[in-house]
Amino acid sequence: MTTATQNKNIIARILNINTSGEKGGRDLPLWRQLLLQILTIAIALEVMFPIMYIITLSFSSKTTRPSALELIPKEFSLVAYQQVMDRPTANPVTFTQLLTNSFFLSFGVGLVALLVAVSAAYAFSRFKFALRQVLMVLLFIPLLMPAVGLSAPLYLLLNQFRLFDCGNGITALEPIFSCAEGVTGKLVFNLRDSLWGVGIAMVASALPFAVWNLKGYLDTIPLDLEEAAAIDGADSNQIFFRIVLPLAVPQLAVTFFLGFIGHWQEFALSWLFLTKPENYTLAMTLYNMTGQYANAIPWNRFAAMAIIVALPVAITYIALQKYITSGLTTGAVKG
Amino acid sequence: MATAKMKFRRGMDFRRAILPYLYLVPAFAVMSVITFYPLIYQVIISFTDFQTKDLRFGLASPELNFIGFKNYTDILTGGLPVQNFNFTRVLVYNFWWAITNVMVHVPAGVLIAVLLNTPGLWFKKVYRAIYILPVVIPPLVVAVVWQNIFHETNGAMNQFLTTVSQWFGATDPVRIRWLTEYTPPIPWLLPTGPLTLAYYAMMIANFWLGWPFMTVVATGALQSIPKDLYEAASIDGASGPQQFWNITVPLLRPAMIPAAVYGFITSFNLFAFVFFMTNGGPARSTEILVTFAYDLVRNLRLYGAAAAFSVFIFIVALIVFLVTNKITRATESYT
Repeated sequence: MTTATQNKNIIARILNINTSGEKGGRDLPLWRQLLLQILTIAIALEVMFPIMYIITLSFSSKTTRPSALELIPKEFSLVAYQQVMDRPTANPVTFTQLLTNSFFLSFGVGLVALLVAVSAAYAFSRFKFALRQVLMVLLFIPLLMPAVGLSAPLYLLLNQFRLFDCGNGITALEPIFSCAEGVTGKLVFNLRDSLWGVGIAMVASALPFAVWNLKGYLDTIPLDLEEAAAIDGADSNQIFFRIVLPLAVPQLAVTFFLGFIGHWQEFALSWLFLTKPENYTLAMTLYNMTGQYANAIPWNRFAAMAIIVALPVAITYIALQKYITSGLTTGAVKG
Repeated sequence: MATAKMKFRRGMDFRRAILPYLYLVPAFAVMSVITFYPLIYQVIISFTDFQTKDLRFGLASPELNFIGFKNYTDILTGGLPVQNFNFTRVLVYNFWWAITNVMVHVPAGVLIAVLLNTPGLWFKKVYRAIYILPVVIPPLVVAVVWQNIFHETNGAMNQFLTTVSQWFGATDPVRIRWLTEYTPPIPWLLPTGPLTLAYYAMMIANFWLGWPFMTVVATGALQSIPKDLYEAASIDGASGPQQFWNITVPLLRPAMIPAAVYGFITSFNLFAFVFFMTNGGPARSTEILVTFAYDLVRNLRLYGAAAAFSVFIFIVALIVFLVTNKITRATESYT
């Protein structure tokens, strides 16, 4: 079965062209084989076109775009990568800082969403109860209305939580306390303008997706084991922690990684909420390179940055490909 | 199976009756704070003229006015202080965009999966590995890369067309203004607003992004179709196309409908892609609901109007959700 080997490293697969285990062209007339090969190669070229374009750009030592089409790197200069690592933005922020911010956000959001979602997914998958359908619709609506749709109220709400330094060693936390009348405090911390605030806002969209993804998988686990355990006198909590959770470990990992890679590239909320350069993420930096100053884009650095942002996502996705796609489809296919 | 289930449920007492709700507590506690409360807050500020000056005090702002349904009527009648905005046009375009994308992605994905499934085709695994690449690259990177491909003077697309036209004896370089030209190539196509060249450029780019996922799903479903069905059909004298329409298509349907719904929702809310590629331009002709909501908050800072707009998105999302839920039955119980 091909799916068994699908999880193998992509590079290994490309190198081992003849390990497919399928005898080439035995029951296919040669002219048809060649015709189909032309088609598949054309499709492969279509797929590779933008990828080769950006890879070629990233290995260039010039900041300008070539005036003619180049899809195969003529030079292998790592200048762009080096520059991006040394000085990713015009602000004095190190690459490590940006990487840490991106990692903190995506890791935190993925983990929190997973921990909160798992018991809800279990309840929706295994119990029948009043209001079940209503609660489920309530929970799933944000899936269709992405966080951007909630961005205005989230912005305003998070913006209210601020720490002020009122002088004389007094610190006030708005909206609960504020500085004395007539004293204008110095703003120390604004929840909205911090990675924590953005993380909270992101969980709002990550959580329903995690519930949906986990429920779909739990639905495919046969009830037999749980029934046997129930007959042996296990209560629901024991069944949940001792039987269902261990069985769901692969999908828990996939859900976490989907949350992780989904928010690794997130930039809309971060761009809206964050103003301080030291809080920027890699995705925001990439946008910053192409946004306003469109005529002065350092193309090779931009391409290098694009590849740096894309690579972790691509590797994770390919490694977990089999589980991710089956998770996404079992979420909906049944009955 | 049925009797075991009955036994499993027989011990239903009060503790068991409240158990599902206990499992739901964490998710709903978090969602009350970061989703439901903001939603209510959203509805409240949608009736006000909330602006930047009110940020400091939130709803307690002394300058805040309740203006009734003015934000809503402004959106519907185009009374917002925003250029080139027409709600019906954005709404119709948004649906058109999502539907046309899915209509292209699903058949292309299925056909390519069938092509790859041809017995005896050489290098199958290599092609499978290459064809998955668009799925694994973050939309953020994809959109920025394609935006550059469609650049007027230096973009790869015009360079490619120039090269091709030179084979046919043309000397002038091709200079199509893919993302900025406003004149629609097919003026009668969507009566509510022009489909600019940018729409077609985005269709091309999103085609590249969209079909591989459908191929992955279709490949999985194809491999579960029993081979004997085809053998029996060919013994009965059914031709290749007859086998495709009478065996492959009906048996793929259960897997492809949820995938199509998923694709529809993804395209409908394709924020990062649209935002990066055209930012809704030219003249808001490729604006979708979420990008416009984002623009209202981030650039125009009309929080009241943005909230009212998000309430509209919420209603649209709810309708879409209820319709698609009928199709995929995602919220149905497993037990």
